[in-house]
Amino acid sequence: MNESQRQAYGETLVKLGSDRRIVVLDADLSSSTHTIMFQRAYPDRFFNMGIQEQNMVGVAAGLAMSGKIPFASSFAVFVVGRAYDVIRQSIAYTNANVKIVATHGGITVGEDGATHQMLEDLGIMCGLPNFRVIAPADAQETRRVIENIAYVDGPFYVRLSREKVPTILVDEVFDIGKGIVIREGDDITLISTGIVLSRVIEAAETLAKNGISASVIHMPTLKPIDKDIIVKYAIRTGRIITVEEHTVFNGLGSRVAEVLSENHPTRLSRIGINDVFGESGPGWELLEKYGISAKNISEKAISMVRS
Amino acid sequence: MNIEIRDLMLRANEIRRLAIDMIYNAQSGHPGGSLSSADILSALYFKVLRVDPKNPLWEERDRFVLSKGHASAAYYAALALRGFFPLEDLKTFRKIGSMLQGHPTIHVPGVDMTTGSLGQGFSNSLGMALSAKIDKKDYLVYVLLGDGECNEGIVWEAALSAAHNNLDNIIAILDRNMYQLDGATEKILSLEPLQDKFRAFGWNVFNVDGHNIEEILNAIDMAKRRNGKPNMIIARTIKGKGVSFMENTHEFHGKAPNKEQYERAIKELDEIEHKIKGADPNE
Repeated sequence: MNESQRQAYGETLVKLGSDRRIVVLDADLSSSTHTIMFQRAYPDRFFNMGIQEQNMVGVAAGLAMSGKIPFASSFAVFVVGRAYDVIRQSIAYTNANVKIVATHGGITVGEDGATHQMLEDLGIMCGLPNFRVIAPADAQETRRVIENIAYVDGPFYVRLSREKVPTILVDEVFDIGKGIVIREGDDITLISTGIVLSRVIEAAETLAKNGISASVIHMPTLKPIDKDIIVKYAIRTGRIITVEEHTVFNGLGSRVAEVLSENHPTRLSRIGINDVFGESGPGWELLEKYGISAKNISEKAISMVRS
Repeated sequence: MNIEIRDLMLRANEIRRLAIDMIYNAQSGHPGGSLSSADILSALYFKVLRVDPKNPLWEERDRFVLSKGHASAAYYAALALRGFFPLEDLKTFRKIGSMLQGHPTIHVPGVDMTTGSLGQGFSNSLGMALSAKIDKKDYLVYVLLGDGECNEGIVWEAALSAAHNNLDNIIAILDRNMYQLDGATEKILSLEPLQDKFRAFGWNVFNVDGHNIEEILNAIDMAKRRNGKPNMIIARTIKGKGVSFMENTHEFHGKAPNKEQYERAIKELDEIEHKIKGADPNE
């Protein structure tokens, strides 16, 4: 079943909305981010700021300073890209209780093209002290993430997808900073973040048919990263592939590489966007074209295991 | 000049002297914009703001955001004089381990928002004002802007947004000292006609002499009438006010005085104090 993370986000906001501290801001994309659902339920605590990402984030910080729990949303490329300095000074430095939930992360934005495909947000946000950074795999996990972070003080960045994604994590518990073991295997470990999990599981199934047993770990939290699980599976399988809908720089692959080089040097291959911009086209097809595919993952795994 | 105004003028002069002390002591900081905003800060902290130094996070307090965060020296001096923390702490300004960072942070008692990156404090003040509206609280949000700061796009985003959201609980004061770091504001990036701009954006605009405390107080009283529009008090000031060689120049925007300049500055400020004290309060 394919479900929308954005819709799950909107529904969860409405659920949280009975708490009068919850306020929601959007920058003229509320029907796309689905914060419009909150607007319909709680119009007095919803603010459509217009196309002003900087001001939206600055206002969110001021609301947090006055005891509110603001959720501020836009597309990833705009809320991170255009408002970065405001996020840095007004939210990260002050440790403000603002939750930035960006939709339309990654290349699966599709037809709108490179101008709208944010490929470096996870790295940018991980660089900010106090921020915790989360990329849920599906709609079900999105619900748990939003409910969870609403009541954890301090800033969060959550990246959601435009596309509907296969539901996988029906009842897995979400804990901030904890990886989730999806599948156990001894030959290689596949670690992914965000919506590419379905592709990774597909790859693991292909590998099983080829006699290779792969562990699959979903890493919803990029920061703080779950060092223990990375090291544990590095020791167990001796080979790791990371998969992310993000530039290979500064994202999951880089974070895993840092953990491995400092704790347990291990053969690593990173799959992601290779330092290029995207282009227009159907989202899932673009993911294939840019190498974030079950086929590419399984081929890389086979060559790592057999070399 | 009544006794209250004379007292506020003396406070302003004390803010100036402390700010120069701090900047000289740190050998860094922003004298020009600290001196230009001293009378405004004096009026706010010793007359206008509903704050309690013993309870800096009091929920019903008026908020104040120094959006032109580089005037931190004057701000810290005002807060210390108002009793938020000991005057002694001012000696640590801009030193390692000090709570008095180069630009204000919320870790300082009395500081409602961390600022320094221009324009953001203005935007933050809207969030505080919106929050008051949601909770039906009657506190006011004061925000002090620089004129050079108005080069920033976010200032105009916030100006649109405050009017759209009818944030008449915002009283913004613009320290119109005519200079920014690199030179005269009208040479770097023209702001005029500034009051027309804010009016067109939907603000009440008040023009005052930013060194005339009575005018500042009167404008604030008018702004408190709450007519559905946000309020902008454009305070015409002199950059470096009170120290002759720092006045009307960008040279001391962000430069500390040397020993000789420091001594001369303090001497001039002492003379001003003498003059204020000597003035007939009933005149």
